Amino acid sequence: MSLRSWLEIRLLPPMVVAAVFICVPWFFPSAYYYRIGALVFIFALAVAGLNLLMGFAGQVSLGHAGFLGIGAYSVAIGPAHFGVPSWLCLFAGAALSAAVAFVVGRPILRLKGHYLAVATLGFGLLVAIVLTNEAGLTGGPDGMTVPRLTLLGWGVRGSDVWYWIAGTTFLGGFVLALNLMESPTGRALQAIHDSEVAALTLGVDVARKKLTIFIISAVYASVAGSYLALFNGHITPDAAGFLRSIELVAMVVLGGMGSILGSLVGAGLLVVLPQALTIFHEYEQALLGLILIVFMIFLRRGIVPSVAAIFAGWRK
Amino acid sequence: MAELLQFVFSGLTVGAIYALVALGFTLIYKASDIINFAQGEFVMLGGMLTVFVAHAVIPLPFVAHAGIPLPLAAVIAIVATTAIGLALHRFAIEPARGATPVALIMITIGASIFLRGTAQIVFDRRFHSLPPLLGADPIQFGGAAILPQSLVVLATAAVIVVALWLFIDRTIFGKAVIATAANRLAARLVGVDTRRIVAFSFGVSAAIGAIAGVLITPIALTSYDAGTLLALKGFAAAMLGGIGSAPGAVVGGILIGMCEALAAGYLSSNYKDAVAFLIILVVLVAIPQGLFGRAKIERV
Repeated sequence: MSLRSWLEIRLLPPMVVAAVFICVPWFFPSAYYYRIGALVFIFALAVAGLNLLMGFAGQVSLGHAGFLGIGAYSVAIGPAHFGVPSWLCLFAGAALSAAVAFVVGRPILRLKGHYLAVATLGFGLLVAIVLTNEAGLTGGPDGMTVPRLTLLGWGVRGSDVWYWIAGTTFLGGFVLALNLMESPTGRALQAIHDSEVAALTLGVDVARKKLTIFIISAVYASVAGSYLALFNGHITPDAAGFLRSIELVAMVVLGGMGSILGSLVGAGLLVVLPQALTIFHEYEQALLGLILIVFMIFLRRGIVPSVAAIFAGWRK
Repeated sequence: MAELLQFVFSGLTVGAIYALVALGFTLIYKASDIINFAQGEFVMLGGMLTVFVAHAVIPLPFVAHAGIPLPLAAVIAIVATTAIGLALHRFAIEPARGATPVALIMITIGASIFLRGTAQIVFDRRFHSLPPLLGADPIQFGGAAILPQSLVVLATAAVIVVALWLFIDRTIFGKAVIATAANRLAARLVGVDTRRIVAFSFGVSAAIGAIAGVLITPIALTSYDAGTLLALKGFAAAMLGGIGSAPGAVVGGILIGMCEALAAGYLSSNYKDAVAFLIILVVLVAIPQGLFGRAKIERV
């Protein structure tokens, strides 16, 4: 692919997102909007990672919030109990998540379909249970406060600063994911998605490739979890809970499996909607459930792929 | 020894409930290959509806304080939950025919969140209990105490299992269910209305769940969000037994209940909930088809 077409095709979506990311704050009437924006990008990061696993490699995970929780509690426990600087804990948490994904992923990624769904679900719940019960370290069900991030003596605080940090990280993750998908590993993963047996016959080391992408998606979730904890300044075991995992999967599916841009849209929808519907706070759960059902029935491929298909139809 | 017996009693009681939830999973899975994550909400609805119907005061003429008697309330709750199960099939599962397994999982999870959210509005966010069916005095047995309600739970679970087995094994409709489970296309070709079979499986699963909910509420309290953990443990039980196997569901449920009670008694009650998921991880890795499941041969 020539440089020009590479720029045109591959980098167009991230460049559009970058433009929106930079321009949108001009229209933010208050810091509250920066806060929502930061949350959208933080969740989009985790969702992009999960999408690599679900949309590209075709492997379900109903326990991804477990990694979110590991990342979040790393930046909470490290500075509070061991005096390790937050930024180092962020990397340590990512490394820990990768190690856990490696150990857990090897046996459970052999499973398929429903079985994989249950195994990952069990893993996520175990993480949440440990976080709830080890009250001495984690503060138990009430959670714990997270010390603010300090970089070179500069305390990182404020929604606007986090908006820029989260957005930039998401864009980095976006480009990385696109590159990954064009790499030999990415092509191998897409082959696995279509048919594991066919990929195997073509000489793809299926188990190893699946493990690789599982670890990568765990690191995405872990970094997002660390950001979430540092941004909110407080963390509870709910961050690793079953509902969080479901929320992440819902964001992937709503936005569109296999579309990183879709991950941003899905995360945006499920973060902004509850904020916009605060008047209906009581009805939030019921509405979320209803939205999930309606989308899965009428817009099965997700928002971005469906919209893209409509545009493709017009061009013809 | 008495201590062990005590743990076994409580394990059996909880295990029977898990077994009923697992049976609901199994029934729907057999008929449609769908894992119904809203199964736990059926249990919650059974308990909560009974509580609220029983407490409802109906302004009938001539009858002062016409409260609804508990057994009638329970029947109303079970019928209503069955109707909700049928509606779930009609309005959420049926329109999504041909969707991928992940999409179907998301639909049932959506239904579960929807039912929970609605219950939170229609009922409330408090814990509720029901008076036990046969009195509250524990029966002493070998140095351990067992609640009469536990015996009711065990007996009813046994009756449901036997009745379901008789119905599936001895009636023509049951044969149609077996045919649908074996091969949906072939069943349709010989004239089985597979849509009705799937609807039936949702209705019966909802009814079984609701009965479990009514039975367990006097022992363990119920609330709008009681369903999630029950569904996950019932699911683990179904997987342990081998998904799609009815005897497996019962054995898996009892086993998980037992392990949980023993772990809570001898190890740590904090990690009681972790037991089910640890077991399921180990089982899936060691024997993925479960205890009673047949190994699935995948042809390419």
